Amino acid sequence: MKKILLVALAVLMVLSTFVACQKPEEPEDPKEDIYTKSEGVMTYEQYAAAAVESQVVVETYIQAKQGWWEKDGVGVATFYTQDGVGGYFLYNMPCSEDDYNNKLKVGAKIKVTGYKAEWDGEVEIIDATWTLLEGNYVAPAKDVTATLANEAELVKLQNMFASVKGATVVASADKEGTEKPFLYKWDGSGQQGDDIYFKVSVDGKTYGFCVESYLCGKDSATYKAAEALKVGDKIDLEGFLYWYQGPQPHVTAIKAAK
Amino acid sequence: MKILLRMLSLLLMASLLVPLAACHGARSIGAFEMPDAFDTEKQYEITFWAKNDTNLTQTRIYEKAITDFEALYPNVKVHLKLYTDYGKIYNDVITNIATNTTPNVCITYPDHIATYMTGGSNTVVPLDKLMSDEKYGLGGSELRFDGPTASEMIPKFMEECKIDGVTMALPFMRSTEACYVNKTMVEALGFTLPEVLTWDFVFEVSAAAMALGKTTVTDESGKEKEVYVANGQSTFIPFIYKSTDNMMIQMLLQKAAAYSTAEGDILLFNDTTKGLLEDLAPYAASGAFCTFSIVGYPANFLNAGQCIFAVDSTAGATWMGSDAPLVDIAEDKLVQFETAVMTVPQVDPQHPTMISQGPSVCIFNKRDAGEVLASWLFTQFLLTNGVQIAYASTEGYVPVTSKAQSSAEYQDYLSREGEDNDHYYDVKLQATKLLIENTENTFVTPVFNGSASLRSAAGHLVESVTKAKRRKQTVDDAYFEKLYRDTAALYRLDAVSGEEDDQSLPAVSVGLLVTLGVIWVGMGAYVTASYVKKRKNLR
Repeated sequence: MKKILLVALAVLMVLSTFVACQKPEEPEDPKEDIYTKSEGVMTYEQYAAAAVESQVVVETYIQAKQGWWEKDGVGVATFYTQDGVGGYFLYNMPCSEDDYNNKLKVGAKIKVTGYKAEWDGEVEIIDATWTLLEGNYVAPAKDVTATLANEAELVKLQNMFASVKGATVVASADKEGTEKPFLYKWDGSGQQGDDIYFKVSVDGKTYGFCVESYLCGKDSATYKAAEALKVGDKIDLEGFLYWYQGPQPHVTAIKAAK
Repeated sequence: MKILLRMLSLLLMASLLVPLAACHGARSIGAFEMPDAFDTEKQYEITFWAKNDTNLTQTRIYEKAITDFEALYPNVKVHLKLYTDYGKIYNDVITNIATNTTPNVCITYPDHIATYMTGGSNTVVPLDKLMSDEKYGLGGSELRFDGPTASEMIPKFMEECKIDGVTMALPFMRSTEACYVNKTMVEALGFTLPEVLTWDFVFEVSAAAMALGKTTVTDESGKEKEVYVANGQSTFIPFIYKSTDNMMIQMLLQKAAAYSTAEGDILLFNDTTKGLLEDLAPYAASGAFCTFSIVGYPANFLNAGQCIFAVDSTAGATWMGSDAPLVDIAEDKLVQFETAVMTVPQVDPQHPTMISQGPSVCIFNKRDAGEVLASWLFTQFLLTNGVQIAYASTEGYVPVTSKAQSSAEYQDYLSREGEDNDHYYDVKLQATKLLIENTENTFVTPVFNGSASLRSAAGHLVESVTKAKRRKQTVDDAYFEKLYRDTAALYRLDAVSGEEDDQSLPAVSVGLLVTLGVIWVGMGAYVTASYVKKRKNLR
């Protein structure tokens, strides 16, 4: 009996970590209007055109979230969100732990008022406040395999949930020149639990991807899948089109290529 | 009555358990007592929480130090846990104090130790007795390695590790801030760098560069775009500061203005601070000045030719300059320019002052004194020349012992500035020399419980005003009044002033104390009743 219980608990633990990192595979709700905005709320196009440091008001749907923590005694969390057109990265948005767990769930619709900012290429909303709205939407991954090589086009999809298909893992060299399928931290100076960096080749060009540990921690299936990568593996990837001095997608799923 | 007595007896028994419960955790450990000898037969496992600057070489040095130490002391196993952020170490230590699962040895800042010490009087081990121990102290007779003697520790750095006159840590590495300057662009703008950089000069050049304005150019694809005349790019922020905490603290000290007292009175929210922020505001508004937390790493902007003055730690020197060995931007974005490594801007160039920073090492107390002694031995091993010189050479750090600084190996290293763009990278070596030459011009701020919060608040003021001006908000007296009030509240500084950050006890403790109080009152009542009864019986 104890053994059964132990196995059941282990399975539950594995499943829970998987869920913590993965976007729920819910189908798009056809009834949900993900395009129309309330009065006084920007369309994505207006948001994209707004100057950095200007105040922005958007309505958006949470797609994934990094862990809740306290910054200077104030609870904050970072969210990957999008509407029917584009993505919004909500950086360190104040929220209570209770709201983070019970209200700000994946799919939830929120109205966000904050300031548009750009940090080393990543366009985000900071110093934000939010209101929970009625509505739910989980975006399907947009296939950007063919757009990867065109950074000018790719940047228009910044922060959106996206997929890359049929990528081949190539070696990453740490600072000492040792080649590995992935690195803990960008130069290999980290250890398990740190962000994982790896490179893939698509149509002869190489791109960097990151398993952000605050999004997919070391116990998540995605993190473990990254640790299991081997040079030459053919994989399909899903994640958010994060930017740092250029595209650096935050990966949420790694699977063997179909 | 018997029932009452039994109840009282039970309460008394329960009261005996209360102090036991209260002792669970860090508070239960008595003050560290030095063992007569280090037991080399007993196995010890110690944890070392360290910080590296996302630098593989630093990781390797820590690992080698551990391997070398374990070879000398085979009965000690050291487990390394790496961080890249002092703040995260601090948070983890605080969490682990409550459960008595602190590391044995920990890289830290004295500011943080002051808070750790509130976890119990014996949480962190005072080091004075350990340092002076004949057998195991600095240069002790029983050490299995050639460590520094007490007189070989740089006194200035040792002073920084004292809290209320007691040595609570040992310095591990020292750095300061430097201003990494795109000298090529300064000269192209018609200026000549002074011997010592001043705030006036930095702002004058930054404003002049911005005043050139923008022009429209046609890019390779035939599209028209606006670029800054000064650098021909669409991005340009002449002056970027990484640590705005340090920026405000140094400006205040250079102006001999108040910040805090040694006892912990908060003096930050004064008119000089306001004046400095008012001076800064127009440069923030024009885009001539910005900060790391708002736009990103100064090194990335400097190396892309998008910044003239980038202030960052000397421990970040390997990221600075066109030929930097560590670069975070695409190769095609790198711009060639001459980098000048200068002290941070000064108010009075005749009397330059700059902050002293860098990691120190503290030791957490444990029930087993032998385990603490093992931790102490490892801590000292981190001060041996091999570790000091190797680690200092990874960045613009300076060894904390004169033994390492004056060694032939280190002197040879310093003499080879610019021989390559890796180990002898000229910017890194210039940053190192900047601190060596200015060691006596460095300072640290008073350490007390709450000093870490005060430091954050100082930076918050700069960040807030910069954001407000970039967002075209009004920054006037009313703004400052609210900013001061909000900042003090955010960092709980209104509760610090000469006292500890948060003296309030946790609810559980309050509950236990109330229970104890009730029990003592009950006991008192019982004794009084018995006494009265006895007296009555005597009559």
